[in-house]
Amino acid sequence: MSALPTTRDEDWRYADAAELERLAPADLDVWHEATLAPGEVRRKDLLLDDSHPGVHRVRLTVGEGARAEIFALASASSYTRLEVEVELGRGAHFQFGGVTIGGGEATREFVTRVSHAEPNGTSDQIVRAVHWGGATGNFLGKLAVARDAQKTDAAQNFRALLLERGASANAKPELEIYADDVKCAHGAAIGQMDEAAAYYMAARGLPPEAARKLLVRAFIADAYAAHPVEAERDALLDAALDALGDAA
Amino acid sequence: MLTIENLSATVADKPILNGLSLTVNAGEIHAIMGPNGAGKSTLSYVLGGRPGYEVTGGSVTFDGQDLLEMDAHERAAAGLFLGFQYPVEIPGVSNVQFLREALNSQRKARGQDPLSGGEFLKLAKDKAALLKLDMDMMKRNVNVGFSGGEKKRNEMVQMGILDPKFAVLDETDSGLDIDALKTVGEGINAIMRAPDKAVLLITHYQRLLDYVQPDYVHILAKGRIVKTGGPDLARRLEDEGYDEVMAA
Ligand SMILES: Nc1ncnc2c1ncn2[C@@H]1O[C@H](COP(=O)(O)OP(=O)(O)OP(=O)(O)O)[C@@H](O)[C@H]1O
Ligand SMILES: [Mg+2]
Repeated sequence: MSALPTTRDEDWRYADAAELERLAPADLDVWHEATLAPGEVRRKDLLLDDSHPGVHRVRLTVGEGARAEIFALASASSYTRLEVEVELGRGAHFQFGGVTIGGGEATREFVTRVSHAEPNGTSDQIVRAVHWGGATGNFLGKLAVARDAQKTDAAQNFRALLLERGASANAKPELEIYADDVKCAHGAAIGQMDEAAAYYMAARGLPPEAARKLLVRAFIADAYAAHPVEAERDALLDAALDALGDAA
Repeated sequence: MLTIENLSATVADKPILNGLSLTVNAGEIHAIMGPNGAGKSTLSYVLGGRPGYEVTGGSVTFDGQDLLEMDAHERAAAGLFLGFQYPVEIPGVSNVQFLREALNSQRKARGQDPLSGGEFLKLAKDKAALLKLDMDMMKRNVNVGFSGGEKKRNEMVQMGILDPKFAVLDETDSGLDIDALKTVGEGINAIMRAPDKAVLLITHYQRLLDYVQPDYVHILAKGRIVKTGGPDLARRLEDEGYDEVMAA
C-alpha cells in the first residue's frame, strides 16, 4: 500500500484518525490468507486483546459447499480493527460473530467484505458492541452479490449497548446486489442498559457489577451462539466479560 | 421489624408519598389497600431502593438498621423481598441462573457459604412444586413469554428460594386465576407465616385476604395511611367502596 488510509476513505470513515497516522504502511500490507477446499469446514477464534491491538486482515476464499467461521473479540484498550474479505463459492457459508467491548477513548471495529460470487451461498454476520467512557464500536459490512449468485441468503445484524453517555457506535451496511433472487437481511440497533432489568436484579440481591455482567453476557451471547464448541464459546464470553471488569 | 415514620418521597419531582407512617412487627401480616395512583407501588419501590424514587423526608428502620441508607441489593441481602406488580422480563438470562446468582450474592453478603448447583436445584424444585410452577419454566429466560399469572407465581417461587424476613407483595394476586390464587395464597402462608417474619400485602381485593388473613388492614390514599383497621375493614371496602369508608 502506498499511502496510509484516512477517514475520507469509505472503509475507514469511523476509524480513529490519530491512530491511522501512527500506523506503519507495512502493517497494512499484511494479509492472512486462506483457501477452504470444497466441503471443508474451518473455524478461527480471534482474541484481539491488549496482546493483539492494531489492524488485522484476513482474506478467505471459500470453496463449493465449504463453511468458514470466524468468531472475534476486539477488547484491546487501543485502536483495534479486524478486516475480513470473503469470497464464497457455490453453496458456501460464511459465519461471522464479533464483539467489540471496552472503554477509554479507543475505537474498535470490524470491517467485512463478503462477496457472494456463485449461487446458493449463505452468510450470517452478527456483531455486538458494548462500550463506555468515550469509546466507539463500529461494524462496516459490505456485501456484494454477483449476477449469477441466485438464491444467496445473507444476513447482517448489529446491536450496540452503550453503558455511558460518551460512548458511541456506528453500523454501516453496504449492499451491492446484482442478482434478483436473493435474501439480504440487515438490522442495526443502539440502546442503553435496561434499567428495569438492572433494578429487578438488584431487588433480588445482585450487586450492580454482577447484574451488569449477566445482562452484558446475555447481550453479547448472540454473536457467539453459532459457535459449535461450548468451551471455546464460553472462553470468548469470559474474555469479553473480563474486559467489562474495568467499566465504570 | 419495619418502622416507617413520616415518609415523603417524590418521583420525577412529583410528591407521591406525603408523610406516611406504618409499623409492622415480626409475625404480623398487614394489608394495604387504596385507590389507583394512591402511591402503593411507589411505597414498595421506595422501600426497595429503586433509583428515581427520591426520599424527601422521614425515616425507615428495618431490623434496627436505617433502610434508606442501603443500596437495593443490600436491602435484599438484609432480608427484604419485593414482589413486583409488573415482574420484569430479562431475555437471555435463565431463571435458574439468575436466582442462583442472586441467592449466592445474598448469602455471600451475609457471610454464608454459597449453595452448590445441586443444592440450589433441589431448593428451586421444592419451591416450584409448592407454587405448582413447572420446572421447565424455571429453566426459561426470566419471565420472558410468561403469562401474567405465571409471572406472579414465579415471583412467589423466587420468594420461596430467597426466603426473606420481610416481603412487600405488590398486587401479587392480580392476574391470577381462581386456582392459582389459592396456590399463591397458600404459598405465601407456607413461606412467610412465621414468628420472625412479616408481610406487607398490597391488594385491591378481599379474595387473597381470604387465604392470607391479615392482622391489620390499612387504607393508603394520597400518599399516606388514612385509616387502619382489622380484617373487617377490607370486607367493608369491598361492600361500600373507598369514598364511603373513608368518609365514615
Ligand atoms: N415515573 C413516574 N413519573 C411520573 N409520575 C409517576 C411515575 N411513577 C409513578 N407516578 C405517579 O405516582 C402516582 C402513584 O403511582 P403508584 O404506582 O404508586 O400508584 P398505586 O397506588 O400503586 O396504583 P395502582 O393501584 O394503580 O397500582 C401515580 O399518580 C403515578 O402516575
Ligand atoms: Mg401499583
